[in-house]
Amino acid sequence: MTKKKALPIVLALLMMLSVALAGCNSTGESASGSQGGGSGQTVIKFMHLWPEGSSNAQYTIVNEIIQDYEKQHPDIKIQTEILGNDQYREKLKVLASSNELPDVGMTWSDGFLKPYVEGQLFTPLDDVIDANLKDNFIPGVKESYAIDGKTYGMPLELNISYIFYNKELFKKYNLQVPKTYSELENIVKTLNDNKVIPAAVGNKEGWPGSFWFMYLVDRIGGPTILTDVIQGKRSFDDPAIVQAATEVQSLVDMNTFEKGNSGLSNDEAKGYFMNEQAAMFLTATWELPNYTTSPDVPQAFKDKIGYFKFPLYEGGKGTDINSYVGGPGVGLFVAENSEVKEQAKDFAAFLVKEWGDKSVTDAGVIPATKVDTDGKKLDPMYVEILKDLSTASNVTTYFDTQASPNVAELHHDLIAALFGKQITPQQFVQQTAAALAEESN
Amino acid sequence: MLVKAVMSNRSAIALYVLPALILILIIIYIPLVLTGYYGMMDWKGFAPMKFIGLGNYNKLIHDSMFWKSTYHSVLLGICSTLSLLIYLAVSMVLASRIKGANLFRKIYLIPMLLSSVAIAQLWSKIYDPSNGIINHLLISMGVQNPPLWLSDPNIVLFAIFVPIVWQYAGFYIIIYYAALKNVPEEVMEAATIDGATPWQVATRIKLPLIAPVFKVTIILALVGSLKYFDLIFVMTGGGPNHASEVMASYMYGEAFSKYNFGYGSAIGFALLLICLLMTWLIRKLTTSGEDVQY
Repeated sequence: MTKKKALPIVLALLMMLSVALAGCNSTGESASGSQGGGSGQTVIKFMHLWPEGSSNAQYTIVNEIIQDYEKQHPDIKIQTEILGNDQYREKLKVLASSNELPDVGMTWSDGFLKPYVEGQLFTPLDDVIDANLKDNFIPGVKESYAIDGKTYGMPLELNISYIFYNKELFKKYNLQVPKTYSELENIVKTLNDNKVIPAAVGNKEGWPGSFWFMYLVDRIGGPTILTDVIQGKRSFDDPAIVQAATEVQSLVDMNTFEKGNSGLSNDEAKGYFMNEQAAMFLTATWELPNYTTSPDVPQAFKDKIGYFKFPLYEGGKGTDINSYVGGPGVGLFVAENSEVKEQAKDFAAFLVKEWGDKSVTDAGVIPATKVDTDGKKLDPMYVEILKDLSTASNVTTYFDTQASPNVAELHHDLIAALFGKQITPQQFVQQTAAALAEESN
Repeated sequence: MLVKAVMSNRSAIALYVLPALILILIIIYIPLVLTGYYGMMDWKGFAPMKFIGLGNYNKLIHDSMFWKSTYHSVLLGICSTLSLLIYLAVSMVLASRIKGANLFRKIYLIPMLLSSVAIAQLWSKIYDPSNGIINHLLISMGVQNPPLWLSDPNIVLFAIFVPIVWQYAGFYIIIYYAALKNVPEEVMEAATIDGATPWQVATRIKLPLIAPVFKVTIILALVGSLKYFDLIFVMTGGGPNHASEVMASYMYGEAFSKYNFGYGSAIGFALLLICLLMTWLIRKLTTSGEDVQY
């Protein structure tokens, strides 16, 4: 009797034990993994967003830099984790909420950075910047990662935006690069008459359309207005901003953009430009490889692509065509509660420095550090744009990057609605102004 | 013998059930309670939490955007429930020994095998305003301004319902098909001998016999629709300007795009309550009368 009763319980216990043991086993393995396999090495965990498949050039450069660093520091092992852009953003939030950030990782500037700094998750990097990279950054870029006078990120990329255009289509219809906004409107008219989509824009996520809006604000109201709005010095319902929003809708009325753009992602819209269905594409310099070095794009297409600066608006306050809308891309952070903080800082500085030398030539990315173009084999478009950067009178950081996540999301929604003509320019500015006001309280 | 020994021993049963129970507690029930708790916090996701009582829930009740997304979810629920009738009709045809029934069953099942993201990509291409297959056809047929499926706020919701209904067809058809195949042959034979028409056999015998299955599918479809997320998230992200926002995508946007984890949790908890309420309501409405048996 007792024997009969005991057997099933023993069986059940055995089963539970085996489950528990299996659990122990796997955690035991991962624990030893994070300590570098017991060979006395320090492990720096590094998370970045350039997977081998979709960002091969960047991936290769980062890998080379890591190998160099490990060679110079045999006691340090860099453990990488790589995710695509969107997954990266998600994972970073989740890791942050459980306080498990990697030692070194990538962050965006301004509004993205702020909650992380407020949550004391990132560590200030001023000491390491002063020691290693004092005069290396293009002026104004590093400041996008600063809060209350301390810098929490070391920028890697810098992007400014241009209108890229199809030279062949322009030539076919006898069009010249526009210097003024009314010339641009004439181009739109001519292209429409010839059944070519004048410009591609994808507004599903809102930000690509915001480029048009931001440039119009810059040209109509002057280069500082959007930054002033963020800093509370001016109100979003400024007449210049209303006028810019009105101009956006009149561009829509002129059929400047492909139909249904508020349902298309940036990549889908880009397809119209790459397939030569659309003649212009307002985007940032991160697209440059597609027009110069990328092996995936046919040379015949690359040869057709040129760029021009957003034209000046007649009677507007922004009278300098060398004022750009742009902003830093990703930068590196070091986690506040990293156990290897000093080593992590050193590695991050090394990466930024090396990146500046290699990124233009090998990946076609404009780095946030100054580039010496002498003796480098570069596509003429790069040389021109690097020259533009050195003569830029102003770079206004993207409005959504400067704004808080709340206002940025609202801005994206409202831009899609503005392009889709679901709201009036007045509603557009009022709703944004209300959200900004609520925040400053 | 061993099985019998185990099944007659209560503490052994308890021990066997325990691991699964602990897992469910840890993975499902404890997070559920925590979500309700986080819903009472002003929380950005990582910075310290601040207790604000029912503040988030109060905001929720007055949030027109939340009710709009609820309305969209309920609309989707109604659409999915109505489409159950179509699935039922199809499976009736398939179950009645027609030629090629087997092949059709497989054809209907294939969308089930695709991942939601693949389906979303596929239908985004189909709906593309200028290069998509639908508008290409419409333009070649002489339509001047074909609908902008995913960017027109008036039709985007229904444009998205189509692939959702299409996606789940195979799943419900398989369920109904299996249920119909379980209807005893003798009963139908007897009915036919008594002079029942095929229509009568279908409505008087088959339908009442599979009614319990039908009830379960109604709950599945309705609750599944209320918490529906993936296709909508990939195809429109709830846009343009919230025109296709449903409860789950609204929750995601608040928590993960705007960093309002507290408010997002409150939405998630409200979603749970609404689902529970719906399930209870349907059970209440459909338990009239006992299950039919012949």
